Amino acid sequence: MSAAGRFAGRVPRVTVGAVVLYATLTLVALLFLLPYLLILRNALSTDADITSPGWSPLPRELDWGGFAALFSGRDPLMATGLRNSAVVAVLQTAGRLLVCSAAGYALARVPYRHAGKLVLVVLATLMIPAAVTFVPTFVVVSSLGWVSSWRGLIVPGLFSAFTAFLFRQYFLAFPRELEDAARVDGLGYWGTYWRVVLPNSLPFLAAIGLISFVESWNSFLWPLVIAQDASMWTVQVVLSTHLTAQTADLQGLFASAAVSVAPLVLVFVLLQRHIVYGATEAGIRR
Amino acid sequence: MNGTPRRRGWEGITDRPAWAFWILAGPFFAGLVVFGHLPLLWSIYLSFFEARNTVTPTEFVGLANYARMLTSRAFLDSLLTFTLFALFVVPLTFALSLGLALLLHRARRARPLFRTACFLPAACSYVVAALVWRLTIFNGLPSGLANTVIGHFGAAPIAWLAVTDPPWYWPVLVSLRLWLQVGFYALIFLAGLQRIPHSLYEAAYVDGASPGWTTFRHITLPQLRATSIAVLLLNLIAAYQAFDEFYNLLGADGTYPPYARPPLVYLYYTALGSGQDLGRGSAGAVILALLIAAVTLVQGRLLGIGRGPR
Repeated sequence: MSAAGRFAGRVPRVTVGAVVLYATLTLVALLFLLPYLLILRNALSTDADITSPGWSPLPRELDWGGFAALFSGRDPLMATGLRNSAVVAVLQTAGRLLVCSAAGYALARVPYRHAGKLVLVVLATLMIPAAVTFVPTFVVVSSLGWVSSWRGLIVPGLFSAFTAFLFRQYFLAFPRELEDAARVDGLGYWGTYWRVVLPNSLPFLAAIGLISFVESWNSFLWPLVIAQDASMWTVQVVLSTHLTAQTADLQGLFASAAVSVAPLVLVFVLLQRHIVYGATEAGIRR
Repeated sequence: MNGTPRRRGWEGITDRPAWAFWILAGPFFAGLVVFGHLPLLWSIYLSFFEARNTVTPTEFVGLANYARMLTSRAFLDSLLTFTLFALFVVPLTFALSLGLALLLHRARRARPLFRTACFLPAACSYVVAALVWRLTIFNGLPSGLANTVIGHFGAAPIAWLAVTDPPWYWPVLVSLRLWLQVGFYALIFLAGLQRIPHSLYEAAYVDGASPGWTTFRHITLPQLRATSIAVLLLNLIAAYQAFDEFYNLLGADGTYPPYARPPLVYLYYTALGSGQDLGRGSAGAVILALLIAAVTLVQGRLLGIGRGPR
């Protein structure tokens, strides 16, 4: 591939460069997909086949026992974990979108005299990622009596300075004409935000929402710290407990891993455009 | 105000800037104070007290917790572990994701397909990835994938995670993070590449430059400056917070080996493990927060963050 290739017009030409390019990309893509294939292979193989000598890329014999056991409730912790993760991820995402988009709108558009200073407060908070202060956050949340509760799992994650900042940057570039029309029609700032600005920002909401959902579903450290009662464990904590205890059956563990990761893979494939948009926005604006 | 019609009731209240501002942003700032700022202040307070198993300590110890942390072999080792981890992960991620982005940028056909494949690892949690790495790729059995591959080259099987000398657990830790994040950063680079105007290259070709290393060095790399800095620092800060893969690859049954503890793993066991030493844990959190704030300040300087949309 060269300048000549680029300006060659519409006739496709097979060049050595193109062959090397696509061969490399195919190899890389397979390498990236390999761990997912391994999860599926192991979920569909008996424990003996997983550890038997001689490596094979496919199950020696399809065995659905792992999935059957998962859905028949033989591992109640895992079923509870999947449910808890779903509840936490959905509520946390919805709450975070609402709280942070409203704050972002206020910071971008409401002519309040201290708004500029408050933007600086948000920026200063951005400097310290929440994970670094998990010990003090645990201290505060536990003195509220929220250990092993839905509130403890969900609420501290709602107030993301980063998300609020992203929304502010987005609303700064929002077309003012739409808002002016709404205000002429007699809407206050809240009405303008809720009835005009939000409904016209759905692609951005979807992008941030998807990223937020993935982050919430996959988060591990906070649920590990705050959910001390096994009934409140999220799926990541359950998987980790089985993994580090080294007791669970391999096939069952991989079947659970497959079920825990399948919704996200599906979402990534179907809504790729939104996620890429959100991720690059988040990555570059940061 | 400003000649717009007068509003009554709710619309009237939410039309006054101060009211409107706090109705919209109040919940966020209240939460930010309670779950963001208060913990930090409380931990600064706690860090000056002897606070084992309690969050309302009485015995003031001054800077003793800080002194103990900064002279603690284990804490300094955790900073060393992070540094080592970052030295492997950051340059490798940078080079591999930039390379991948260049390949994707050139692929005119089937680009969405390749892009999806490369981005898919980002859907995986570190816990699930650790499960795959620990139990099937690097399980240490002769039939494990890694040992099968090196076996083809005549090497003897390696026990990977169980070997500390030489530290074979490092390739396991590093390869896991590379798998999970290279595709994500490649997409950020790809977005950067797509913003470089074609005219720059065309002008260079007219001037006699040949495509390849020269245009890459003199056009592509400088045009990617902002993206490159963002990728480097995002990556560095993410490595600083590494916890999930260390805990899940090396931890066993609620314990963790004394080596290869990055800062958050160290804090976890100091403050919430059997020690329950919240005073020392808080001092550690404050030190880490200061370190990371320093890094972010440098980032802000380099990127000019907060100057509004680009």
